[in-house]
Amino acid sequence: MSTAAPEKKEKVVQPFDYNKYLRPNKLPHIWCPGCGHGIVLKALLRAIDKAGLQKDNIVMVSGIGCSSRTPGYVDFNTMHTLHGRALPFATGIKFARPDLKVIVITGDGDALAIGGNHFIHACRRNIDMTVLVYTNATYGMTGGQYSPTSPVGSTATTSRYGNIEPPFDTCEMAKASGATFVARGTAYHAIELEKTIYDSLTHRGMAVVDIIDACPTYFGRMNKFKSATQMMEVIEKENTVNIKQADKLPPEKLQGKMLRGILHKVEKPEYCQQYEEHVIKKATSKE
Amino acid sequence: MAISTKGQTGLTGNTAIAYAMKQINPDVCPAYPITPSTAIIEDFSSYVADGAVDTELITVESEHSAMSACIGAAAAGARVMTATSAQGLALMWEMLYIASGMRFPIVIANVNRALSAPINIHCDHSDSMGARDSGWVQLYSETVQEAYDNFIQAVRIAENEKVLLPVMVCFDGFITSHAIENISLLDDAEVREFIGEYKPRHHLLDTDNPVTYGAMTLQDTYIEFKRQQSQAMSRAKDVVTEVGREFAGKFGRDYGLMETYRLDDAEAAIVILNSAAGTTKVAADELRKQGKKVGVLRPRLFRPFPFKEMADALKNVKAVAVLDRADSMNGFGGPLFNEVRSALYELDTRPRVISRIYGLGGRDYKVKDAASVFDELLKISSTGKVETLQKYITL
Ligand SMILES: Cc1ncc(C[n+]2csc(CCOP(=O)(O)OP(=O)(O)O)c2C)c(N)n1
Ligand code: SF4
Ligand SMILES: [Mg+2]
Repeated sequence: MSTAAPEKKEKVVQPFDYNKYLRPNKLPHIWCPGCGHGIVLKALLRAIDKAGLQKDNIVMVSGIGCSSRTPGYVDFNTMHTLHGRALPFATGIKFARPDLKVIVITGDGDALAIGGNHFIHACRRNIDMTVLVYTNATYGMTGGQYSPTSPVGSTATTSRYGNIEPPFDTCEMAKASGATFVARGTAYHAIELEKTIYDSLTHRGMAVVDIIDACPTYFGRMNKFKSATQMMEVIEKENTVNIKQADKLPPEKLQGKMLRGILHKVEKPEYCQQYEEHVIKKATSKE
Repeated sequence: MAISTKGQTGLTGNTAIAYAMKQINPDVCPAYPITPSTAIIEDFSSYVADGAVDTELITVESEHSAMSACIGAAAAGARVMTATSAQGLALMWEMLYIASGMRFPIVIANVNRALSAPINIHCDHSDSMGARDSGWVQLYSETVQEAYDNFIQAVRIAENEKVLLPVMVCFDGFITSHAIENISLLDDAEVREFIGEYKPRHHLLDTDNPVTYGAMTLQDTYIEFKRQQSQAMSRAKDVVTEVGREFAGKFGRDYGLMETYRLDDAEAAIVILNSAAGTTKVAADELRKQGKKVGVLRPRLFRPFPFKEMADALKNVKAVAVLDRADSMNGFGGPLFNEVRSALYELDTRPRVISRIYGLGGRDYKVKDAASVFDELLKISSTGKVETLQKYITL
């Protein structure tokens, strides 16, 4: 056994090859300069790579919205469906092919307004899929109406004097509805987000990641933010705390802040597996 | 946003409808955004925010909820209106039948857009054509001016005691909704006088005369309800004519149930809805210059369908092409084609009628497309032979 210290190799960082997962002929994408959706996509692709998922085994399903345009740009099995309905489409896919990895891309409006009913029921069933909710507190695609995550008092084309509807806490709702993995990340914390998405991809059961990102074009302009970067700093950096640091902070420092990281993770029977065991097996043993 | 009602004003279709809504000043407007109709509600929400109307704007979480809220508000006795397109109208489906079945005079602007899948945001008529049997009166509009005028008339048609049915005013997504046109606006006072105050005969807030809506009717009475609804729909045709005449008398713009253009001595005619009629008229003018006898018929009222008037208008034409911006997917042409062809059946000598589907998902329809259909029709009229009964054009 040699006692000599191993020679220190200089670490060569290879730039991540996003093109491996993209459909170059579908680019450029439609997202505005400064939009958070592209940052989230990059984090997702790195997480997929790290998880070693095969392109052909991934099905990416989305609803309608700027965020839901994502599947058009990636080289997986993809399906762009209807506003609010990504989850039931995805449920059908997962049921027919439980061997495939199902990833749902949805906006805060898509998932929680028009599709809110599907969201709670998909969580309740604990069906095995990863759901990324792009939370920009607006309906970006239709020009900046308030969404179910818009803060009280924020301005939108539909709330000229400030929003009077209290927002949902997506993570609390997912947890209360039965999702077994619930996390939050932001586009600002892109490296941390990659890790969080990776964890969601390796969980078995309903994994929801609420991703705070910015719509500078509508939410930003209507709420008098100076720039996309300022939005990221205020909304994503200053307004959130990683759950691991939260314990160490006094309550006043946590006031009004959203927690990042894995907020809830439990193991519970997964829906397709339950169906296999409690319906298919029983039904076929009756012959 | 200061809009002048004097002289001509340049407005998009959406802005004009929002302005009509401001002038109508409905009690309740439940809404959910969808391209290309979003700007109607966006503009209207400014009127609400500026205190220019008394309307309560309810921004719900989907069109399913929007139409449900329309029905709830109408049941409570309110004058109600909203706007939508494509998937939005599709998501209202279940409630469209409730609105007409409960006989609520709700008015909606449907900015025509293609239905998914695959997703498309541009113009065709698959959305409103899909709703053609839902018991709504349907008016189609060629121009921004007509959309504005139809929208105001729709209130009177819907609320007429002989009708009491919801009305859908349709116009082309982007082409009419987003293009600016010079139009004449009425004064607020003229609009309010024309539509009058809405006094519902029955409503849920009239607690001295309690009523119920939608109660269970089985084999005993359901069919009678439907027959009444059907009779009201038939009566709507004359009411559309009456309201149109009164409007023309007061404001000078007369639309009738359909527009006929150079049709009197025409051998060949194209029947076509909405904005593409303009293109077709240009083609007709060019061919007329070459001495070819061609004309255009543009239906304004599609539900109820004016069968008699249609047959009458086309009885002397030898060859007719019905151009549909939607496919019935029945293997036998588009929805307008089927109605027109059926309307002509009663005639002793019938024109030959062909179906052409054009412009789906916003595909351009050009003067040359119309001209080539006219040429085909003239050939049919001289030979009496139809080679291709139905096909897609503008491919
Ligand atoms: C049934 C239906 N209604 C309305 C729309 C119009 N629409 C498209 S995207 C959208 C909102 C998107 O908001 P969100 O899901 O938050 O996505 P974002 O654009 O903000 O990423 C709406 C209302 C639609 N496509 N279908
Ligand atoms: S409108 Fe907003 S959400 Fe949509 S691409 Fe632009 S910045 Fe992003
Ligand atoms: Mg959003």
